[in-house]
Amino acid sequence: MSETITKPVSPPASRDPAPRNRQKLSLRQKLSIADVRYSPYLFISPFFILFAITGLFPLLFTAYISLFDWELLDDTGKFIGLENYATLLGDDQFWNALVNTVSIFLLSSVPQVIIAVLLAALLNTNLRASTGWRVGVLVPYVASLVAVGIIFGNLFGVQYGLVNSVLETFGLDRINWQNDRLASHVAIAVMVNWRWTGYNTLIVLAAMQAIPRDLIEAAVVDGANAVRRFVSIVLPLLRPTLIFVIITSTIGGLQIFTEPRLFTELPGSSNGGAENQFQTVTLYMYQSGFQYQDLGYASAIAWALFLVIIVFALINFLLTRRIASSGEADR
Amino acid sequence: MRQQLQRAFFGAIALVTACSLSGCGGDEGAGGSGGTTSSGPVELTLSTFGEFGYEDLIKEYMAQHSNITIKHDKVGQGGPYHEALLTKLAGGSGAADVSALEEGHLSDVLSKPQLFNNLEQIGPKDVNKERWLDWKYDAAKAKDGTLIGYGTDIGPLAMCYRKDLLQAAGMPFEPEAVKPLFATWDSYFAAGDQYVAKTGKAWFDSDSQIFNAMQNQLKVGYIDKEDKLVIESNPDIKKNFDKVTAAGGRGQTAKLAAFSNEWNSGFKTGAFATKTCPGWMLGVIKEQSGPELSGKWAVTDAFPDGGGNWGGSYLTVPKQSKHPKEAAELAAWLTAPEQQIKAFKAKGTFPSQVKALEAGELLSATNPYFGGVKDGELFAKMARKVGPAQYKGPGDGQIQENAMSPALQAVEQGKSAAEGWQQAVDAAKRIAK
Repeated sequence: MSETITKPVSPPASRDPAPRNRQKLSLRQKLSIADVRYSPYLFISPFFILFAITGLFPLLFTAYISLFDWELLDDTGKFIGLENYATLLGDDQFWNALVNTVSIFLLSSVPQVIIAVLLAALLNTNLRASTGWRVGVLVPYVASLVAVGIIFGNLFGVQYGLVNSVLETFGLDRINWQNDRLASHVAIAVMVNWRWTGYNTLIVLAAMQAIPRDLIEAAVVDGANAVRRFVSIVLPLLRPTLIFVIITSTIGGLQIFTEPRLFTELPGSSNGGAENQFQTVTLYMYQSGFQYQDLGYASAIAWALFLVIIVFALINFLLTRRIASSGEADR
Repeated sequence: MRQQLQRAFFGAIALVTACSLSGCGGDEGAGGSGGTTSSGPVELTLSTFGEFGYEDLIKEYMAQHSNITIKHDKVGQGGPYHEALLTKLAGGSGAADVSALEEGHLSDVLSKPQLFNNLEQIGPKDVNKERWLDWKYDAAKAKDGTLIGYGTDIGPLAMCYRKDLLQAAGMPFEPEAVKPLFATWDSYFAAGDQYVAKTGKAWFDSDSQIFNAMQNQLKVGYIDKEDKLVIESNPDIKKNFDKVTAAGGRGQTAKLAAFSNEWNSGFKTGAFATKTCPGWMLGVIKEQSGPELSGKWAVTDAFPDGGGNWGGSYLTVPKQSKHPKEAAELAAWLTAPEQQIKAFKAKGTFPSQVKALEAGELLSATNPYFGGVKDGELFAKMARKVGPAQYKGPGDGQIQENAMSPALQAVEQGKSAAEGWQQAVDAAKRIAK
């Protein structure tokens, strides 16, 4: 682990860069030029230095470890090249986890964004006590994630849970929220949506309020009805915001960890149910690294997930551009 | 001033370099400061999880040793505690001088004895095997002979059962009378059939709770002494699996995963009539069942096919400790019978020391919730019934938790026993690879 102590990151931009100017300049002038040229970099450097230490370095070191057969308690690993990745491609449990992740992601992100846009549209109308409503949708976001997990785990309890009791009083069958694969995904997605929809609503609402009123008024004068105005004016102008919302929820959705981990019947288990029916990729990564102590393999999973997220984010970016720009000619 | 700063800066650089070259706090302790025993002031760290009952003992120890200060780091839950401990052991720094380790996590570290000081070498000479029950002591010995920890407490198994439910089913229900039901696993499952036929309710909480107890009674576990996975070649494992899943299939299991919310509720609703019961489980039962069921639960000093153990911990001295000698002395003192009896009185942790099991305070203890049973005496008796320690190879605990238990749960949910077995074997192979 001593390897994690890196050499100090390269020092902040040097003060005297020895400008190669033709004219002889006084020291003062040189400093002044250097100031103009390099200071901005100096000012933004804290972020990048911190990012290099806490973001970039772990990322690269993870890639390095993924080339080793490295157990948590070993001093050093055995170099095995890409074998971890080869194993990963043939690992049923990984594919199972990937399918679970995508399924939970779709069940949460898609309704979430749609509901958020509709809710924002509602909140954007002339409501009484509008601030109250707006704060109201954000309340779930304030609740602690762990508390949410425990409460929803209880609500979706198979034998004594509230949801099943309600279903039963309506004469419906009980649903095995834990062991039925799709049902467990729905339950987890409900948890995610409950927490995140309000947050996204507020972001979309803010963007809606930035839309110039005269555009909408002009449309009203032209005789466009509410639906037409929403589809042809509001949605296209929301594009940058929607791209942001969708990409952040893609990243969050594909990294989902806490909800499935708390949802499981067995406290502290990373199995995601008896048959891994709701084990996500991050849960499997955590299990491989810190329970099975197979750090190399866990790192390979981490990188695979990283690539998957990039692919999904790109697809979503393209899709969003297409959908949101349907009202106007492509520039 | 400037010079001073510069010197401090270069000093820091040198330290970092030295650190990264030597693996930071790796083996320095043994050579460097190991020789200077109990002269200068020493600060020791002690990390535990849950309740060890050591608060007053620590004060007592510091009063006796004026040069030693002890910093006690207490973590609530065992799971996160052990994950953090493993990470610190892997990182080579951050672990406490005396670090508690739970029995279930032994298999994670027993194959890496180089991370711990051998307490037989650095511990006080007058502390030896005779202090503990044989099986407790042996379980903490690595293959190369390193003793990685001194035993603290144990969880000897007995049987808890609902007196009133057995009585209602027309079955024997007094603690002496039920013993034949709990004599062997066969008699246990036969009694279960009888109970299910009469009441239509479940006999035990979940397949995996029963299976784990059976598994721990085997001579060889999932992994043999050569660290080979023997789940397929050891026929006893499959035999137990079939017995349990068959009984579960006949309605004996309540399908409630241990420690889940639903399991907690199951105590109140009487979802199951018996429970494999280490000493500390009495507290769990009391808490989950609530005052209404006081006197309805009972415990008897019988356990199918002998005895067993579930839970209990060790105090280890990681190699990275800067004061291994002093740390070992502290660990030895804390795990002495006199101290463990005090911990038992403070927090009910059941001692693993032979002398402590004979102490009057332990033998006279009673439990009003369980009808005034002399539980100290009862569990001391069960502790002596525990068989020789089963070798826990690397991954053993993980296989139990992440291969076998989920597979048994899947069978409870409708998977066939054959498919469930295959799931367990596949998962075990993946873990052991």
